[in-house]
Amino acid sequence: MPGKNLRKFGKVCEILDRNGRDASRLIPILQEVQAEYRYLPEEIMTFIATSLGISPARVFGVATFFSHFALVPKGKYVVRVCDGTACHVKKSTDLLNALYKKLNLSPEKPTSPDLLFTIETVSCLGACGLAPAVVINEDVHGQMTPAKTTALIDEIIKKETANAR
Amino acid sequence: MPAERPADKEFLEKTASDYEKRSARVTKRVILCAGTGCVANGSLKLYDEFLRVLAEKKIHAIVELKEEKEGVFVSKSGCQGFCQMGPLVTILPENIMYTKVAVPDVAEIVEKSVAASGVVDRLLYKDPATGAHCKGTAEIPFYAKQHRFVLRDCGTIDPEDLSEYIHKRGYEAARMAYCDMTPAQVCSDMLKSGLRGRGGGGFPAGRKWELTRVQPGPKKYVICNGDEGDPGAFMDRSVMEGNPHSVIEGMLICARAVGADEGYVYVRTEYPLAVKRMRKAVADGEAAGVLGDNVFGSGQGFKLHVMEGAGAFVCGEETALMASIEGKRGMPNPKPPFPAQSGLWGKPTVINNVETLATVPLILLMGAGEYAKMGTKGSPGTKNFALTGHVANTGLIEVPFGTTLRQIVNDIAGGVTDDKGKIWPDGFKAVQIGGPSGGCLTAEHLDMPMDFDSLKSIGAMVGSGGLVVMNKNTCMVGIARYFMQFTQNESCGKCVLCREGTRQMLALLDDIMEGRATWETVELLKKLALAVQKGSLCGLGKTAPNPVLSTLRYFEDEYRAHVEQKRCPAGRCKALVSYSIDAAACKGCTLCARQCPVNAITGERGKPHSIDAAKCIKCGACISACKFKAVKA
Repeated sequence: MPGKNLRKFGKVCEILDRNGRDASRLIPILQEVQAEYRYLPEEIMTFIATSLGISPARVFGVATFFSHFALVPKGKYVVRVCDGTACHVKKSTDLLNALYKKLNLSPEKPTSPDLLFTIETVSCLGACGLAPAVVINEDVHGQMTPAKTTALIDEIIKKETANAR
Repeated sequence: MPAERPADKEFLEKTASDYEKRSARVTKRVILCAGTGCVANGSLKLYDEFLRVLAEKKIHAIVELKEEKEGVFVSKSGCQGFCQMGPLVTILPENIMYTKVAVPDVAEIVEKSVAASGVVDRLLYKDPATGAHCKGTAEIPFYAKQHRFVLRDCGTIDPEDLSEYIHKRGYEAARMAYCDMTPAQVCSDMLKSGLRGRGGGGFPAGRKWELTRVQPGPKKYVICNGDEGDPGAFMDRSVMEGNPHSVIEGMLICARAVGADEGYVYVRTEYPLAVKRMRKAVADGEAAGVLGDNVFGSGQGFKLHVMEGAGAFVCGEETALMASIEGKRGMPNPKPPFPAQSGLWGKPTVINNVETLATVPLILLMGAGEYAKMGTKGSPGTKNFALTGHVANTGLIEVPFGTTLRQIVNDIAGGVTDDKGKIWPDGFKAVQIGGPSGGCLTAEHLDMPMDFDSLKSIGAMVGSGGLVVMNKNTCMVGIARYFMQFTQNESCGKCVLCREGTRQMLALLDDIMEGRATWETVELLKKLALAVQKGSLCGLGKTAPNPVLSTLRYFEDEYRAHVEQKRCPAGRCKALVSYSIDAAACKGCTLCARQCPVNAITGERGKPHSIDAAKCIKCGACISACKFKAVKA
């Protein structure tokens, strides 16, 4: 559908204009695009490169360098297990394993096929006083156990199935 | 306030006296900690509940200090540091601090401490050593044993209210720098104070400024490095969340000293609240005319941007950080040229850490000479540490340089704990300081006064200031591997030895932990560690081997146990552990069998149980469950 594509790039143009089409603002531009689409679609990265007058390779280079950027769609709920030192010594790995098992995911396959969940680790959230911590989208949950973590997932699944009905 | 009006002495005085007038109508003040930790524990729900309960009791609640009417001021603060005890609620003027407050407690607090002047004893902090209830920060050992200098206002003032910051003499130091001092004087004051960079390196801030000041202009930059990536460190987050204007004021003073007219605050993307607070503070500063074209009527302008990082640890390195501001991959560049000569977009640039900049206004206010009296001779002042791991009180602390580890671990942190959080009097094994670039401190270092130089002499470093306390159940090889994995992940890939060397070091550590190693493996690991140090361009690679070298230095016997006896003394390396049940100690209570996630434990009730090694996934659930210590690793 050409209409749909047009709308898509309209948003990107807005973002580009807001940043003055300035190539040095590439990172903020990509951040805003990702906030819009939850990932960086390839055609949009090429579009950004052309609009800023830089090579697509440079945009890809930056997008792949920083861990914040995703090149494939992420789930609606991004579950990030903190693996900072404090969380690590308080056994955050057990939380991660419990999540992988619960959702049948793995480091190689972090996103569920229904695009509901993505499981990630994050190096440190700075919420060390609450170790081990898990963040679901923006909400920090502290002093977690494997049981509490899977309970959170159950809650979300319950909410989502209720919404779907 | 119109933006074109220069913020001068009169403006500061008027703002402060206005604030005074407005706050005169406050009968009591309720402060809710709204740092990341307390928000996660539900402090924002408490805020709403306070407003609801006050309305119910017909007590007038002031949410913004604008009103004419008398009432109770309910405000939020930045991180107060005592994260484990959160959410924290403070009542002023009585200075009562309530810990672990839940929504149902609010009504009782309002009734006893807001409407009346009583205290709710059960919500006070209870000193585990004496069992006494502590009423406020003066009585709580965690606070009483600290010296909160940079963090003084963090956690009391409203970080989103510029006028409260000004009321606490905020921006007075910046005004002095712009109106009463020459740039050279500011630099020489900084030199005299002896302030050293808090980001890890400990380079004298005054020298950095002076080097930049003498460079030809007109375009120069000031950057605040808030890309606090070390796992286990959150000092900068707390300062940016709790007192963002102190960082801006430090940058303003730096800009005056070196002649810069533009600046960036670079904040990690993992700190959304810090980004938000910094942005608000910059916007408020601009609206009030503190930032802008004509700072304090000096004719010098300062434009400040807030930039959010995108998740790369290496961007904490200054040249990599500048590359990412320029919209490039965040890779480091060789030094020289130093940023002071050729930094952002090739212009002279000062780049300082958050904590360093937040200290600057305090130095000008108290006088450089007075400041230099704090701390030790080589490392004046105070340092923030993020205290975490196996201790009773985790959180953010500030102590003068020269404080010993024993004072921190025993007096402030309240002692070492076991895996279940109970005090373990002789459980201390080591402290990991300085994150992935740092090293270990052991029992023999407990009484050493800590400062930049003493730590360096024993192969550790202050680093950014993460202190992770570890108990005797921690495997030091495992800790070394943890940090190695971290740096391996975060290596930007530019230098071969950092990119490939860290990967090989990680593989060697895996061999050790999984029982495939000989002592030659350890020798090779050591050799490779030295090569990675030498062959890397930036601090990440140069310091990446430190955790390995430091654990090897102090815990060589643990490495030996792993390779020679194929045994993990802490019982943590799963490949080297096999679980069994001591038939003599087992009472057959079935608790372990019920806890086992893979049904590897069998046995009749009342009779000794056994573990099927083929099914066992070595998760340790049985060990934690057993009340008779019958499960052995």
